[in-house]
Order: sequence, then C-alpha cells, then structure tokens
Amino acid sequence: MKLPLWFHRFGSPPYVYGLANSVAPWLGGAGLILVAIGSYLGLAVAPPDYLQGDVYRIIYIHPQTAYVGMMAYTLMAVSAGIGFIWHIKLAHAVAVSAAPIGASFTFCALVTGAIWGRPTWGTYWEWGDPRLMFELLLLFLFLGYLALRASFDERDKADRVSAVLAFVGIVNVPIIHYSVLWWNTLHQGPTISRLDAPAMDTAMLVPFLIMVAGFTAVFYWLLLRRLQGEILEREQGTRWLRDFVRGTAA
Amino acid sequence: MAGSAFLSILRRDLRLAFRRVSEWANPLLFFTAVAGMFPLALSPDRLAMSPGEGELYGLQSLGIGVLWMAALLSSLMGLDRLFLNDADDGSMEQLVLSPAPLLSIVYGKLAAHWLVSALPLILLVPVFGLVYQLTADAIAMLAFALFLATPALTVLVAIGAALTVNVRSAAAVIGLVVLPLCAPILIYGARATALALDAESAAQPLYLIASFTFLAVSLGPIAIAAAVRVGLE
Amino acid sequence: MSELFAMGGDGPYVWSAYGITLAVVIWNVWSARARLKRNLRAAESVSATDEPTRRAKVSQL
Repeated sequence: MKLPLWFHRFGSPPYVYGLANSVAPWLGGAGLILVAIGSYLGLAVAPPDYLQGDVYRIIYIHPQTAYVGMMAYTLMAVSAGIGFIWHIKLAHAVAVSAAPIGASFTFCALVTGAIWGRPTWGTYWEWGDPRLMFELLLLFLFLGYLALRASFDERDKADRVSAVLAFVGIVNVPIIHYSVLWWNTLHQGPTISRLDAPAMDTAMLVPFLIMVAGFTAVFYWLLLRRLQGEILEREQGTRWLRDFVRGTAA
Repeated sequence: MAGSAFLSILRRDLRLAFRRVSEWANPLLFFTAVAGMFPLALSPDRLAMSPGEGELYGLQSLGIGVLWMAALLSSLMGLDRLFLNDADDGSMEQLVLSPAPLLSIVYGKLAAHWLVSALPLILLVPVFGLVYQLTADAIAMLAFALFLATPALTVLVAIGAALTVNVRSAAAVIGLVVLPLCAPILIYGARATALALDAESAAQPLYLIASFTFLAVSLGPIAIAAAVRVGLE
Repeated sequence: MSELFAMGGDGPYVWSAYGITLAVVIWNVWSARARLKRNLRAAESVSATDEPTRRAKVSQL
C-alpha cells in the first residue's frame, strides 16, 4: 500500500520536531488568550446562577480540565496502540508526552470537582459514586502507565508493555462519559450533548465554550512542547540532531 | 484444536498446582490470618457504629468490609504464581511458540488459577462470615457475589501479572493499576452483602458485578495474551 | 472589585479552584520547558565533541 508522503513525514522525528516548534507558539498564544477572555467573561461578566449563586463559576474550569484529561488519555491510548501495532517510535513518544499532562489535568478535575462539591452537594467526595470513582481510576491509569514504564530499563520494552496497559484502560473513558446516564450519581447530566440544544443560558454558554476551546489549545501546546523534549531525548547522538544544534548555534 | 489446548493447559496447571501446595495454600492462609485477626484489633464498646444500634451491627458491617478486602488481597497474592513460574523455567516461550492459540492457553491458565485459588476462597469466606456474626442470608450472598466476582478478579490480577512478568518490583503497578480496577467489584460486592444483611434485594449490585465479570472475561485475556507476548520479546 | 473577590461568600471555593488549575498549567509549562532545555544542552555538548553519530532509527511503515 503506497502511503502519501505527508504520512511518512509524521514518522520522522526531525520533521515533527520542526513542525512542533513552529506550531506550538501559535497554539500557546491562542490558548492563553482564549482562557484569559473566557475567565474574564466567566468570572466578571456572566450573571450568577439562580440556584448556586457565584460558586457555579467553577463550571468554567472543572469540566474543561476533566475533558482535557479524557482527551489526553484517548490520545495516549491511540498513539500507544499505533506505536505498538506499526512499530512507530514517534507514536510512543506522543503517548509518553500526553501522560503527565493528562494526569495533572485529571488531578485538577478531581480537586476542582471536590471544591465545587462541598458547597453544592455538601461533601468533598463520595466513595461509590460512579463518575468520581472512574475519574479517579483514570488518574491511576495515567500514573500506572508512567510507573510501569519506569520499571523497565530498555525504552523499547517500556514502550510496548505500557502500550498494552494504555490500551486496556481506554474502556474507562466512555464509562466516565456515560456514567451520569447509566447510574444515579451526584453529578449532573451532560451539559452539552450533540443532539439537544444546550441547557445553559447563552451568557454562560459563551464563556463555557471559549474555555473549552482555550483549554484544548493549551493542552496541545503543552503536548507539543513536551513532545519536543521527548524527541530530543530519544534522538540523542543522531546526525540530524547534531546538525540541528550546530545549525542553530552558528 | 483450540478446545483441546484449553483442556490440556488446564489439566497441566492443575497438576502443577497440586504439586506446589504452598503456592495456593499461602494466599488462603493469608486470608485466614487477616480475616481472623481483625476482631482482635477491635474493642467491643467501639463496635456499635451508631448510638442505639447494638454492637452486632457494627461487627457485621466491619465484617463485610474486612472479608471483601481480605479476599481481594488474597487474590493479589496469587499473582506470582500465574506467569512467573512458567517464565522462569522457559516453558512460557514454548507455550507462546506452540501452534495452539495463545488465547486458549491463557483461558486455560486462568481457569486453573480460578479453580485453585478462588474456589477454596469462596468456600472459606462463609466460615469467617460466622466469625463476624453475619446472617445466613448475608453469608449466602457473600459466597454468591464472590462466585460472580472472582473470575473478574482473576482476569484483572492476571493482566497485572502479565504486564510485570519480567519486572523487578511489580508493586508499583499492582498498587496503581490492579487495585483501582478491582475497586468497583469491591464496592458493589460489599453493597450486595450489606443489602442481603438488611434482607433487601441485592439485584442491582449483582447485575453490575456480573457485567464486570462478563466484560473482564471476554476482553481481558486478549490484553493478557498481548502482554505475555510483549514480555517475552 | 471586592464583590468579585468575595463571590457572594463562596470566594475561597471559586478562587482556590481557579488557583489550582492555574498552578497545574504552570507546572506543565515549566516541566516541559525544563526538559527541553536540558535535552538541548545535552545535545549541544554531544555535538561539540565531534563524536561519531549513530544512524537515526527509521520508523518502519
């Protein structure tokens, strides 16, 4: 099967490194601007909720961090799977880069959720609540992936074994998403669903969506930066890297 | 061909297990020690969980938690036995290279492990149910829920074992991955037992446990086979 | 301004949530950047010594 040239390019570390280098600043800039605007609108402009008052404003960061965590895991599992099946090192590099970002954002989702839960549900945490449990499991899967990698001396082995773990855990992502529909949880139902009109007032919906876009851009910015570091680490001692470094130094 | 591979591995592993008695006896002894010693750490006046409830209620509630947790930990102890023995003496490579489908071999190993580790546990736990003064209904529910849940526990523990077959300290992975994956089973198993104790219908948690087991048993071995292959590369 | 800070009495909740989120993002930025810098420095020191390079592993597609 003859694959197009651009497909092969994505398997080339120097190409991807260069691409990341050019694209990342734009993503970072766009992301930070969107988050700044969204935060301002969400905190200062949007009206208070008639039920929750002002504490509802956590809605402009909590679902976004949770969403980034799930997106990071999906990306991690898919890239690890691609790397495993087709032996593409760069795909494993993407998975490794996504893991710490996904873990920290999932942690953030759990903490902001707990903070939000205290004044609204009356409790920081509820053992046995499906959505909370599976989100916590997501965090453990990220950490488990990293811990498993760390226990191997050979990077190749680490890549392949941890890819199996990443893949096994992918079932958790749809479970988290549908947990509010399948079970009675403390959590409210999904705010945005594809088919129905959103339940939120426009003044609140706009900053919400801006924050979603902003957090997504920030995630990919962070991912590209981390990927660059990972590529350099894996490619130490290669000719292209030597030429690249000498070229930039000249 | 696949069926006979499953049966021959099953028979082989069972025969090996009966030769190495300590391997399957140790987790059971561990369970006995944990479940049996817990009451020693409890003072009678603190056993009432809420004012007005008799101390029996507190003991029973604690018993449910202790028995489930001890069963879970005892399952984890069998981890080494699953693949390490075969990996050590080279028979793992032979099995992977054999013309029999690796999936059948994995199912055979899992079945043997369940028969030798989980089945005695299911028979042992009700005895300790008496220690914690659980009602007959609760004990029966406990045994039944364990019967439903242990296949899933076996698969989950096996995934952890297969991933760490060549790793020095598997403790990190076990703790971070296998235990949280087993958490839903723990929660719903305990809930089912508690409902039976209150003479209520435990259908909902039982259905959930059954679906976990179904999911784990159908999808898990695929991951286990992949992990075993990768571990041998 | 002060009512923005107070958030109708729920100020600590809202601001700690936003603060933690900001801290997580900052940690990610710092961590990625430190790693990149460290690896660039290592690459520079390797290239300065004129060691023979190894052939980059070509991905098999």
